[in-house]
Amino acid sequence: MVEAWNSWIWPTVWIVIKILVIVVPILLSVAYLTLAERKVIGAMQLRKGPNIVGPFGLFQPLADGAKLFLKEMIIPSGANPGVFILAPCVTFALALIAWAVIPFGEGLVLADINVGILYLFAVSSLGVYGILMAGWASNSRYAFLGALRSAAQMVSYEVSMGFVIITVLLCVGSLNLSAIVEAQRGMWFVFPLFPMAVIFFISTLAETNRHPFDLPEAEAELVAGYNVEYSGMAFALFFLGEYANMILMSGMTTVLFLGGWLPPLDIEPLNWIPGPIWFAAKIAFCLFIFIWVRATFPRYRYDQLMRLGWKVFLPLSLFAVAVVAGALLAFGWLPTPVAG
Amino acid sequence: MIVEALAFYMFAFIAVAAGVLVISSKNPVHSVLFLILAFFNAAGLFVLMGAEFLAMILVVVYVGAVAVLFMFVVMMLDINFTQMRSGFLQYLPLGALIGLILLAEMVVVAGGWQSISAGAQMAKAVAPIAEGTTNTHALGGLIYTHNVYLFQAAGMILLVAMIGAIVLTHRRRDGVKKQRIADQNARGTDTVETRKVEVGKGI
Repeated sequence: MVEAWNSWIWPTVWIVIKILVIVVPILLSVAYLTLAERKVIGAMQLRKGPNIVGPFGLFQPLADGAKLFLKEMIIPSGANPGVFILAPCVTFALALIAWAVIPFGEGLVLADINVGILYLFAVSSLGVYGILMAGWASNSRYAFLGALRSAAQMVSYEVSMGFVIITVLLCVGSLNLSAIVEAQRGMWFVFPLFPMAVIFFISTLAETNRHPFDLPEAEAELVAGYNVEYSGMAFALFFLGEYANMILMSGMTTVLFLGGWLPPLDIEPLNWIPGPIWFAAKIAFCLFIFIWVRATFPRYRYDQLMRLGWKVFLPLSLFAVAVVAGALLAFGWLPTPVAG
Repeated sequence: MIVEALAFYMFAFIAVAAGVLVISSKNPVHSVLFLILAFFNAAGLFVLMGAEFLAMILVVVYVGAVAVLFMFVVMMLDINFTQMRSGFLQYLPLGALIGLILLAEMVVVAGGWQSISAGAQMAKAVAPIAEGTTNTHALGGLIYTHNVYLFQAAGMILLVAMIGAIVLTHRRRDGVKKQRIADQNARGTDTVETRKVEVGKGI
């Protein structure tokens, strides 16, 4: 009995506790990210934003959540019910499982796997399925067009994202996310690889279907895009998934370019602050830029979006891979010696 | 040990079941979804064997890119399913024959690899990975250092295939409006005039 407890039950309970410790703060952050977005955009447009529910409108996300939770979920009669219900579940689950490999601090990671960055890349590339399934299963023109736009857009921008990740990996010599952060102890990669960081950030905007690349839900043309037929909790799952993805992409940018949990300078007052707080602060900074972009830029036209992805970012990032690899080899900066 | 075995049988069973459902489900979109499930379980099997790099690449390439394109095409097809189903049993003997031939060939390959002495030596030569290297490093060394010419040849073949696909499908159509980005960017301020309009006056 004791043996079974030690070797089976306790590890299972322990991992469930760890998962909850990661997931609950993420869901809370998602809820308050929606409030932060409305507040920041309000400030940028010289409005107040939500300020009625609770002090400074702080209970607004709870009210929104309760409203969505209590609403009826309607399945359209022409819809494909199985896939229709599966789609929001897939979106939401994919937005959460990626957090398993994100290092919040030194050693603070649920699964420290060797191929962490590939896992993140794989999970983020799967996000398109939730949207495609939703668009197809809704049996609605608007939803379907939104899903098709989204699929083409996400596949296109993944390519340049992959090449940008390769330039970072060349400088690190490992696919492990903790190793990527540790390699930035001397200098964050955003400085030597600044153009790559910019391309990566713009690609994450496209990957999360955010402004100015939010064509999948372009409300002026497609009503609301792929989620137009969804209501109640199913819609809420899409919403949560989208915002959790935004936080995840900010986390990815932080790990790859902004030094993860490391303080900006390894000096006295700065390195007293624990790593997870630095990590959260950097994510918050990226999220602020996400919102800032939304408040500032008009939406891209679809052909311009495709042109930017395939004719600008792809050649640029491909060129950068060659340049970075060449520089590392020529100056002998390779992190691991070339195998004989 | 028993957990590993259970995990293996779970992944293997779901993979095979999903494979059967790919060919038997009535709706082609469901088929693609089951295909994705099969890919996932194959990736799970790779992870169980310790080939985590291959597992992730399988998910990134097949699930993340190839199956998306499948789905893209299948969703837009307007097929009469009952008509498509009608010849299904007719092709069953042929399909079964091809399957049997493939099975026999795989048995011969695997058996030959085990029994022939040269094959056994080759299996020994490639299989072991030095202690302390991840399988990403091992694969990299194998592909880019030891077999770089084969790798380059494969790349060339893919390049030719890609160019061929583009040449075959790209048609020049008349009457399509295109934007010349360079011309657009080269436009000076002389094409636009800004005026300060006073309130209530108009231009």
